[in-house]
Amino acid sequence: MRRIYVNEEWCLGCHLCEYYCAFAQTGGASMALALKDKQINPRIHIEDAEKYDSKGAEVHFAVSCRHCVEPYCVKGCITGALSIKDGVIQIDQEKCIGCYTCVLSCPYGCVAPADDGKVMQKCELCLNTTSGEPQCAKNCPNAAIVYEDRG
Amino acid sequence: MYVIIGNSAAAIGAVEGIRQMDESSQIVIVSDEPHHTYSRPLISYLLLGKTNEQLMKYRPDTFYENNNVTLLAPHRVTAIDPTEKTISLSSESKINYDKLLVAAGSSPFVPPMTGLDTVEKKFSFMSLDDARALERAVDDQSRVLIIGAGLIGLKCAEGILGRVRSVAVVDLTDRILSSILDEKGAAIVRRHLESKGVSFKLGTSVDNFEVNRAALKNGEHVEFDALVLAVGVKPNTGLVKALEKDKPLVNRGIITDTKMRTGINDIFAAGDCAESFDISLEANRVLAVLPNAYMQGETAGINMAGGNAEFNKAMPLNAIGFFGCHVLTAGSYVGDKIERSEGETYRLFFAQDNLLKGFMLINSPNRAGIYTSLIREKTPLDNIAQMIFDDPSLAAFSRAERKSMLGVVRYA
Repeated sequence: MRRIYVNEEWCLGCHLCEYYCAFAQTGGASMALALKDKQINPRIHIEDAEKYDSKGAEVHFAVSCRHCVEPYCVKGCITGALSIKDGVIQIDQEKCIGCYTCVLSCPYGCVAPADDGKVMQKCELCLNTTSGEPQCAKNCPNAAIVYEDRG
Repeated sequence: MYVIIGNSAAAIGAVEGIRQMDESSQIVIVSDEPHHTYSRPLISYLLLGKTNEQLMKYRPDTFYENNNVTLLAPHRVTAIDPTEKTISLSSESKINYDKLLVAAGSSPFVPPMTGLDTVEKKFSFMSLDDARALERAVDDQSRVLIIGAGLIGLKCAEGILGRVRSVAVVDLTDRILSSILDEKGAAIVRRHLESKGVSFKLGTSVDNFEVNRAALKNGEHVEFDALVLAVGVKPNTGLVKALEKDKPLVNRGIITDTKMRTGINDIFAAGDCAESFDISLEANRVLAVLPNAYMQGETAGINMAGGNAEFNKAMPLNAIGFFGCHVLTAGSYVGDKIERSEGETYRLFFAQDNLLKGFMLINSPNRAGIYTSLIREKTPLDNIAQMIFDDPSLAAFSRAERKSMLGVVRYA
């Protein structure tokens, strides 16, 4: 199955993936109109580490849901809001009551509160958007995020 | 034929485990509650109006049909016969099993209290029917007294507070949530609950009840219109205990191995009625939390259907919130303390032998699973940058470790 993979050595730390992620969720036609003056709350996050690799370069990388084969978030979900459909971990925000059990379970820190803080949100590979494919990978300028099948 | 006693998280996990191995054989679930499987912890959210009976269904309406499950409910199981391989129901009928799962959950533990029989409106708070009964019994003039400041008692307090005149909570321990919080953490959550209107009488207990008046051992009196008993729970082990001969089958909960087998052939146990091996404490104990129940049940189901699964990641795991104050705890509180607290934000970690063993996080929930994973995977702490205690991040790991997290298919 195709999933998001991260090539840390290529990440520029530009944060464009976060903007494309937030934009995909709006379903709008123009990023500028959709996101101008908005505080974005994307489902992918760039970690800008205050440390340097062996060559002295700054460390940046993107983190989003791994769509684990045996996901602790789904198994632990107390409401049944999280489920796996065709390998993609999805959340039913109507069922979610924001208990944070998934946040406590995810080893990657990839389930986080939605804007109102009352329910959770996570990467659903843009299947929940009109864009059809993960916009973070599609718009990454340096192939630091890719959407491909690695088994 | 697979037979499952119980219809909550462990039972559903077992159905989903069985179906990973065996797509068609019949599964029978026997439950003493007349409901579609529902999320038990959501009953307080039901009172709050944050969910409803349809949304709190733990699985979709089509679950039983799609999984070829026959739900027999409400029926009570009275005995197991491991020689004949049958279970007996209170209706006096018998059901044959090839593999049996006991996922019978737990029941409220009510210690003897003088005069309790004089109290007319008294409730437990563990089931949907409990919540509905409490809801019917109170109005905006009711004074509610809750005995027990644990997870169940306080979730009840949160759920009912907006519907009644007052809520008072009594607990023998001198702090709230004593099973998951220390003194300092408990004080933060207590202040928050008090600011919302819940009052506490701690370090004391009820000496006697007289109709709608509780006399406390510290000399105080509390008048109430409805009483909620949330002192504790006891695992429902009776069906298995009755089979004990030479070797013990039950400690505090039903004894299981990592495959969720009991001491009797073809009988498995999972969920709040069972013990499992807590990897953070390195001891067997009852871990009555929903994620463990599901994973134990799933493991049992896979093994019942001839597979080979082990559940070797059990540990305490609690995510609980009260009026927006989130309390996340995991593991065991052993070893050296590492604290990173500020104001009403509490972050306390426990490390031993170069391993993270447990933590308490109050008002600081984000990405907490990164810490849980350190406990679960027994990650040596000296391989991780110490900044992780300030802020959970994957940047604290080595680049090679990160590549294995973010660059390959992850199983969990």
